[in-house]
Amino acid sequence: MKSRALRIISGLGGTAALVALTPSIGFAQELTPDDVQVVLNNLWVFIAGILVFFMQAGFALVEAGLTRAKNVVNIFAKNMADAIVGILAFFATGYAFAFGSGGSKWLGSDNFFLGGFDDYSAFDGGLSPATTFFFQAVFAATAVTIASGAMAERTKFTAYLVFSVVMCAFIYPVVVHWTWGGGLIAQMSIGDAVYSDFAGSGIVHMVGGIAALMGAMFLGPRIGKYAADGTPRAIPGHNIPFAILGVFILWMGWFGFNPGSELAADQYVMSVAVNTMIAAAAGGLFSAITIWFKAGKPDVAMVGNGALAGLVAITAPCGTVDPLPAALIGGIGGIIVVYSVYFFDKIKIDDPVGAISVHGVCGIWGTLSIGLFAKYDDAFLGREDAGLFYGGGIDQLLMQAVMLLIIIAWVTITTAILFSVIKATIGLRVSAEEEIEGLDVLEHGLAGYSGDSVTAGS
Amino acid sequence: MKLITAIIKPFKLDEVKDALKAIGVTGMTVTEVRGFGRQGGHTETYRGAEYKIDFVPKVSLDVVVDDAVVGDVIDAIASAASSEKIGDGKIWVTDVERLVRIRTGEEGPQAV
Repeated sequence: MKSRALRIISGLGGTAALVALTPSIGFAQELTPDDVQVVLNNLWVFIAGILVFFMQAGFALVEAGLTRAKNVVNIFAKNMADAIVGILAFFATGYAFAFGSGGSKWLGSDNFFLGGFDDYSAFDGGLSPATTFFFQAVFAATAVTIASGAMAERTKFTAYLVFSVVMCAFIYPVVVHWTWGGGLIAQMSIGDAVYSDFAGSGIVHMVGGIAALMGAMFLGPRIGKYAADGTPRAIPGHNIPFAILGVFILWMGWFGFNPGSELAADQYVMSVAVNTMIAAAAGGLFSAITIWFKAGKPDVAMVGNGALAGLVAITAPCGTVDPLPAALIGGIGGIIVVYSVYFFDKIKIDDPVGAISVHGVCGIWGTLSIGLFAKYDDAFLGREDAGLFYGGGIDQLLMQAVMLLIIIAWVTITTAILFSVIKATIGLRVSAEEEIEGLDVLEHGLAGYSGDSVTAGS
Repeated sequence: MKLITAIIKPFKLDEVKDALKAIGVTGMTVTEVRGFGRQGGHTETYRGAEYKIDFVPKVSLDVVVDDAVVGDVIDAIASAASSEKIGDGKIWVTDVERLVRIRTGEEGPQAV
């Protein structure tokens, strides 16, 4: 219990400290509008980063809802793990490889463990390294968690941990370095066309989707997914409410993902947000129509996938298109995702949640759509009317394609090596008994739903 | 008429169902149950405290059949449900006093 005198002294001390500190916040001189803008920029990107972080909950819910109850602990454990491990890996080496102050066009360096800054939270008229790290780390966590859906219900937990570390420590940061970090791809051009990917349809979502594809391929399908004659069998998800809640949480998180990528608090944040909103809705609608026609009923899980497909697709072009093309881009994504899910089922790649289709295939579509629909300068393009439909010719489309091919090659090769090594050493897939019994008790020692009062724990 | 009840491992259900259909069994009822025989359970840890899981998830399968086919049905279930590991389950037979098909009112062996 502090005495009254002691409280007065500590109050005075606190005020003295505040007065001593104020020169560094700029109150000693006048606070200019530029200073306020800088604070707003950092504040907005921070809040956007929080929204993106909460997408981890969205991913976890979608994946859990679309898989079986006996694996629900494992799903959440994998999502917990890739957030924890991914963020730490990005802190250790990922940020340095992506944005480090040193290095070459191939790989960044310096700033490992966020070291090497005079004052890493100083704004210096822009975004502080702290703000940049925060925002980019949650993006890295997003890229890595995409694969957990495609690898669900049969992946060894230890194998998934290794995958998460390598993705966030190296594979993903290199892609970032080549693009947002100003490296290899950022330095390429075809005519007047340079690459554009505003918030990462290609850089984040397609990368996650390719990793998901490679993971699913190396794992093989779940036991019972394919009948003896090769026809795919439905393995229904155990909790559709989870899945749709997850979609809504992801949708909301995307309002950080895309508008936050403006990296400033200005009017363009709102045009990006509007494009994002409209593309999501269009994606859901066109997905519903497509599955309604194909299967006779509006499969709500597919509609959810459609909204996500629209969101993934608009993630690249959101800074450069008008709202109506945004709807078209999202809607086409919603149609593509349905056919893509059918396709991967047919070629025996078991993707329990459609991650490859939503993030990989629609990520490719979104990135390419810039070549068709780009109108405004999104601060990447450096020019207006870059899209084919706006008189920009074919250069932008080609540049987008080149960018995608480079990234696809990089991720495919590195994840192939990674999964091969994991498979040959600690093993990638759980045993058949474990897969059939369910991963929860045998990998994690914990049942997901212990509401069975009669026999639980007895 | 006899009621054949089989307690089997859940993942064997599809195989058993297919085996029964192959010998002409036209219906069955399944229930998700928990149980143990001599299999025993195992110990797990939850937030630092140990607990035992004794009851293991199983499937209970009920079919009502003509007396004549009881032997074939038991053979079909036993071979399809076997994984040659502990916990494969058990099959038992009880007598059915009376059987009625609700839709038509048929009784006895015609109602099987």
